[in-house]
Amino acid sequence: MKKKQYKGHKIERSWCKGCGICVEFCPKQVLELDAEGKVSVARPQDCICCKLCELRCPDLAIEVICTEPGTENGHE
Amino acid sequence: MAVKDYIRQRFFPHMWCPGCGHGTILNALLRAVETLGLKKQDIVMVSGIGCSARISGYVDFHSMHTLHGRALAFATGVKMSKPELNVIVPMGDGDALAIGGNHFIHAARRNIEMTAIVMNNRIYGMTGGQFSPLSAHGSMGTTAPYGNIDHDFDVVELATAAGATFVARTTTYHVHELSDFIAQAISHKGFSVLEVLSQCPTHYGRRNRVGGAVDILKTYKNNTVRIGSDKKQENPDLIERGVFVKKELSEYCREYDRLIAREHREAE
Ligand SMILES: Cc1ncc(C[n+]2csc(CCOP(=O)(O)OP(=O)(O)O)c2C)c(N)n1
Ligand code: SF4
Ligand code: SF4
Ligand code: SF4
Repeated sequence: MKKKQYKGHKIERSWCKGCGICVEFCPKQVLELDAEGKVSVARPQDCICCKLCELRCPDLAIEVICTEPGTENGHE
Repeated sequence: MAVKDYIRQRFFPHMWCPGCGHGTILNALLRAVETLGLKKQDIVMVSGIGCSARISGYVDFHSMHTLHGRALAFATGVKMSKPELNVIVPMGDGDALAIGGNHFIHAARRNIEMTAIVMNNRIYGMTGGQFSPLSAHGSMGTTAPYGNIDHDFDVVELATAAGATFVARTTTYHVHELSDFIAQAISHKGFSVLEVLSQCPTHYGRRNRVGGAVDILKTYKNNTVRIGSDKKQENPDLIERGVFVKKELSEYCREYDRLIAREHREAE
């Protein structure tokens, strides 16, 4: 089966409160907090589209855009 | 519909502290509603007072922000007059089981179709960290500076004994389970109770020296197991997650409609 393809993170920067939950529990250490204490996508190439960051974020500040297997366009 | 279409974006960023578990419950709830394909206008969220209760301001459903402890009473009125609506009642642990404890057990006993979500952070967050009926024996709060000597309720046992026909528990760490259980609770034709172990890093975390949001989530990861796991036998202190009760029993609004129809027939 083809895997989901990573297209990018959509981050609502002004909503992020820098709690670090997404950073800590990302299984691939893709995310970091930047100098201002906001989430940043440090290693996008490692993202496996599990969306756990998106689901755990208490501030609805993260969306992971991935294509579903078999579709051409990004599915949010 | 995308998750963001279900919220009132003008009120974001929301008022909850960094890492507050209540935001993750909102997140999972929106996904449950999306999965079920519910329309915004078919849902009414009724809440009381507390940090948890602020959730009703953020969803773009019908909503009522009512009195501390009384959300289930208001929700009962809404459901009786508009039984076709999906009624969701998120409550804090104090809201649901201290001041609201009586409403809670009687709503469960009646088996009125609605979804009660206990957003259990084991403390009164909004008013600054007083202990609640769900604060563990020995835990710290502003009203228990030397440790709490009360014993806490087990929400699952309480709801089950009171007659709730759907009873489940999960945590803000187990997010797939969380949205799945919310969806199951909403779909259930009776009174459903979902206890969600949430986190208040600001008051509970600080006063109990259990660290920030990430640390509390790690305890939920490590100290909970699915119902029936062998690990529970080895370590009885582990907290079980899962659906504990799911049964059919005649539902209050439908009983009421049947009674009215019967009396009308007999009067004719
Ligand atoms: C009738 C009444 N009594 C007391 C209060 C004060 N009060 C506001 S919120 C709250 C408790 C909040 O704790 P909880 O319900 O656990 O929710 P949390 O803030 O932790 O989410 C109390 C006692 C009130 N608003 N109304
Ligand atoms: S979980 Fe959300 S609020 Fe917390 S750091 Fe990540 S993006 Fe920011
Ligand atoms: S989708 Fe999964 S792998 Fe990708 S950044 Fe989020 S948590 Fe990490
Ligand atoms: S005080 Fe506690 S419950 Fe209230 S918003 Fe802050 S972390 Fe959440």
